[in-house]
Amino acid sequence: MLRLGDLTIRYGTSVAVDSVDLQVATGEVVALLGPSGSGKTTLLRAIAGLERPSSGTIMWRDADMSAVPVHRRPFGMMFQDYALFPHLSVARNVAFGLEVTGADDVGEHVAESLRLVGLDGLEDRPITELSGGEQQRVAFARTLATRPELIMLDEPLGALDRELRTRLLGEMSDVFRRLGQTVIYVTHDQEEAFAVADTVAVLEDGRLIQSGSPDALWTAPKTEFVARFLGFPVVDITADGAHAETPWGALPCTLPTGRHRAALLPDAIAIGDDLAGTVVARSFVGGRWRATAQPQSGTALEVMVRNRPEIGSDIGISIDPDGWASVGQSRDDDTTEEVQA
Amino acid sequence: MTRRRWQWAIAALPALFLAWFFAYPLIRILERSLRDGNGFADVFGDGGVMGVIWFTAWQAAVSTLLTLLAGLPVAYVLSRFRFPGRALLRAIVTVPFVTPTVVAATAFVALLGDGATSLVAILLAHVFFNIAVVVRTVGGLWEHLDPRLDEAARTLGATRLGAFRRITLPLLRPAIAAAAAIVFLFTFTSFGVVLILGDLRWVTIEVEIWRQATGLFNLPLAAALSIIQIATVGAALFVYSRYQERRSAEISLLPGSLTARAPRTWGEKLLLAGVIAEIVVLLVVPLGTLVARSLTDGIDAYASLAEPSGVLAVSPGRAIANSLAFGLTATALALVIGMAAAVTVARGRGGLSQWFDSLLMLPLGTSAVTIGFGLLISMDRPIDIRASWWIVPLAHTLVAVPFIVRTAVPVIRSVPPRLREAAATLGAAPRTVWRRVDAPFVARAAAIGAGFAFAVSLGEFGATTFLVRPLENQTIPTAIFRLLGQPGSANFAKAMALATILMLLAAGAVMAIDRLRSAGDF
Repeated sequence: MLRLGDLTIRYGTSVAVDSVDLQVATGEVVALLGPSGSGKTTLLRAIAGLERPSSGTIMWRDADMSAVPVHRRPFGMMFQDYALFPHLSVARNVAFGLEVTGADDVGEHVAESLRLVGLDGLEDRPITELSGGEQQRVAFARTLATRPELIMLDEPLGALDRELRTRLLGEMSDVFRRLGQTVIYVTHDQEEAFAVADTVAVLEDGRLIQSGSPDALWTAPKTEFVARFLGFPVVDITADGAHAETPWGALPCTLPTGRHRAALLPDAIAIGDDLAGTVVARSFVGGRWRATAQPQSGTALEVMVRNRPEIGSDIGISIDPDGWASVGQSRDDDTTEEVQA
Repeated sequence: MTRRRWQWAIAALPALFLAWFFAYPLIRILERSLRDGNGFADVFGDGGVMGVIWFTAWQAAVSTLLTLLAGLPVAYVLSRFRFPGRALLRAIVTVPFVTPTVVAATAFVALLGDGATSLVAILLAHVFFNIAVVVRTVGGLWEHLDPRLDEAARTLGATRLGAFRRITLPLLRPAIAAAAAIVFLFTFTSFGVVLILGDLRWVTIEVEIWRQATGLFNLPLAAALSIIQIATVGAALFVYSRYQERRSAEISLLPGSLTARAPRTWGEKLLLAGVIAEIVVLLVVPLGTLVARSLTDGIDAYASLAEPSGVLAVSPGRAIANSLAFGLTATALALVIGMAAAVTVARGRGGLSQWFDSLLMLPLGTSAVTIGFGLLISMDRPIDIRASWWIVPLAHTLVAVPFIVRTAVPVIRSVPPRLREAAATLGAAPRTVWRRVDAPFVARAAAIGAGFAFAVSLGEFGATTFLVRPLENQTIPTAIFRLLGQPGSANFAKAMALATILMLLAAGAVMAIDRLRSAGDF
């Protein structure tokens, strides 16, 4: 079990990681989700021992890691863009950790790790002659080879094309499950995070603002940042328990009476008759169409339809009354923000 | 003339120049070494001369090792850490490389005292000069190495030392080997430093050639030594170029701005402090002492430069005037010949152009002493210009042309073909394309090359020392050497003053080059 307590990393006056508390249970896969610059990589580097925390603790199995140098921590890390050693072959890259730690049966372990990622047979290839997907696999095998107790992956699929990402994501998840591996998986892609993780932790400007299971995050985003990062529309509403005044007009809403800053979950938007709009754009998303509907007022909404919608045609939209998530106070009440703006 | 004829005429100019002033003297040296009693027999029969060859080799090896030891920490700190004053330190490290050898040697005389010449002084001066080679070559690669490679090794369980030995060092190896090869060549052919600091007790092949030719008039022996020198340098360059071709793995390089960071741990801060101290002691103190010694009696030493000096046959002031005149003449000649050569090389495609390119580099690999000696023994025929004023700037031109070619060829080649195509589609005729697109690039390259040529001419010592036969033709470096060889504090102070002036002139030329360079980042 990894426990981060009040972890802060400062560079001069800027704060890269801000009072983060996080726990990762043994065998758990935790995704750190956030836009670039949110402190994900710095947090990983601190756990690995490559950055020195300004304050706070990093505990592994109840032992404080702060005095343990990088090479003695039982953690593995897969770097963004892989950081493969360009002067070593595939096998020598994978063998590196075993060699420097003086492990027995290096050859056997290397072969096993390469088999695990489906690269057996490429042992003697120079790194520079591999495709992007093969390089990713070598980096993964290199990280696994020493059987670290915790492995951290920093945007492991960042540079690859979509099809390859989907396939490799499945393969990695499979390996994690088979090994019962404890994992921290850094990504800026919510689909990736939801697909791989037991727990998703969202970072904003170095702060951990919400963590929970993927469905908990999806149905109850805690802050406007999380809701917007997941792609939900966020608006000010005034609710009366059954309906709410919204920028789109009066809509069904079960949020408690009062003014809210509220996110409208995508699943809550369907074809119906709560709201009239005009189709302004459409895209085919495999089996269904996503129509972008512009109501009379407010921003456009996206709704899934079965048949190809004509641009300019009328479309009726329904809203699930339970499809609203309050993400904080209404902006109108928040005078400080007005002043700052 | 047709375009093709023009191209041949442009190519012919540098070819004829090299043939007359470079190839022909070398042939005469070879002839001399075999005629008039066999020079080679003298070399191998003489224990003293064999000792010189042995000393030349081992002092070069030791100098190279010491330079690497002194230079690698500097390369590391200057390429990996960001700290206030880094740009200044980088500039300081480069200064010695453009310091004329005579100035550097004089600086060490100033530092260690008159007459305190020794092997230690020679080795120190060699480190002083060549540390820039290591810092530039190795640091240039180090700066762009992805730090995550080292970090990945650490997370895989390697210690700091283990990660350095297994990852960083192998990746830097081509740069370290290249730097070592260059430093070995420079110190193997070291002349001015050894002549002034070795006091003829420590003698390299270069110094021995000079002594045999000008002191003992044993021309066959001097010629045989020159041939040995050329063969050694040629072999070293060949090995080096082969090594360069077999560069190690393609390394993905990062911009330096991404890899450098502030020093964090105490160890890192201590290392930074150590490197700063090293730079100050090794590089700043000698040059500072030189200036201080020149000002021991206020500006008396400078004021006395205008007076005639018995040792020199002319006033030191005349030597300054000579140096400037030679410098300007050599720069003009080198510009014409060098740019003609550069245009030929850059425009040409394929083997012939490449062959011409390496031919042009030969004078750079040939020792200055060999060039001076060759001109001395060959320029009696077809017309005797050995005592002519022109012989000195011609020798300087020979040494400067490779610098101009090396500077100009990449610039001319760097004009993206798409720029010319774009200009053409915008309606420019070929002549206009040249004038509006190529010419500005070429002009700046020429200006930078001219700065180099001038600096090279100012500092040139090895060849010049053979060629200032009428003593009125003394240059600043040869005058300094003569003054240092004389007793008396007045002569000593004059040498210090002249060396200071030479240093400032060379620094001015280099600063002009740097300014043109930084303005040249299109």
